[in-house]
Amino acid sequence: MSDAPVAFVTGASRGIGRAVSEGLARAGLAVAVGFRSDPEGAEETAQKIVSGDGRAFAQSVDVADEASVAEAFGAIERELGPVGVLVNNAGYTKDGLAVRYQVETWDTTIDTNLKGAFLCSRRALPSMLKSRWGRVVNVASAAALRGNAGQTAYSASKAGLVGFTKSLAREVGSRGITVNVVCPGFVETRLTETTPEEIKERYVEMTPAGRVGSPEEIAAVIVFLAGASASYVNGAVIPIDGGLTA
Amino acid sequence: MEKPELQDKVCSILAEQLAVDRDKVTPEARFSEDLDADSLDLVEAVLALEEEFSVSIPEDEMESVKTVGQAVDLVASKVGASA
Repeated sequence: MSDAPVAFVTGASRGIGRAVSEGLARAGLAVAVGFRSDPEGAEETAQKIVSGDGRAFAQSVDVADEASVAEAFGAIERELGPVGVLVNNAGYTKDGLAVRYQVETWDTTIDTNLKGAFLCSRRALPSMLKSRWGRVVNVASAAALRGNAGQTAYSASKAGLVGFTKSLAREVGSRGITVNVVCPGFVETRLTETTPEEIKERYVEMTPAGRVGSPEEIAAVIVFLAGASASYVNGAVIPIDGGLTA
Repeated sequence: MEKPELQDKVCSILAEQLAVDRDKVTPEARFSEDLDADSLDLVEAVLALEEEFSVSIPEDEMESVKTVGQAVDLVASKVGASA
């Protein structure tokens, strides 16, 4: 086993998770590609990395379920070693106005986006504490910083990630572990596939860059935060949104 | 395992985890006041003890542990050590 850290990226079948996995592998890390409902996508991500001479494998995980998280980490530890870089990227969204929003959908959103990050971080921390090194990068959203009609659950879960990040950063900063959160703007991925065209156009209009972002542009920042050179970045909230929330 | 041996092992681990002299780790020593341990130090110490003795120490049971002696007793109860 090499000295390079092991990374676990949740929700990495496609989109931002896939781009992050590929970026981390190019930086020399072994990557566990997390997936819940798209094993083929995760397998594809892993294969792409392996054919580029990297190390990766697909690992199923339901981040909202404690037992599933424990099982996933156990498997990764046996296969690659303890997780040194955790990217909490698994996300769920379903737009709807609060006055009519289904409670089950609220729960699923909060559980996947916020509780999932907590459960995975909690499970990753002991070995990070032991080795006095670690990176936790949480993937929130511009919606954590600015409200959007139809996204009370999503915004709440993502804003929650910001608070979680800051508090956790204070807890473990003394052990060489950094905890940061990125806030992507509008990125074309499966999560935003069903967004109506007019809404997407409105985002583009509100974005100084005048376009949507790519998964690679988001991944670049996450890969930086996961690396050695970002050692003094802790508890930071970093928008990657072309200026949307400026 | 006999209790004296267990106590010695626990104290050694605590001394190492808390980065204090072994002779400071007496049963009466209080974690916060005498050994300068903050909450994260204690968490790390518990993780090390759990690993060493292959036991699980729930968070709520940790709350009442204020001294080294109480920690030894708690580990002993999980391991089932003879007095």
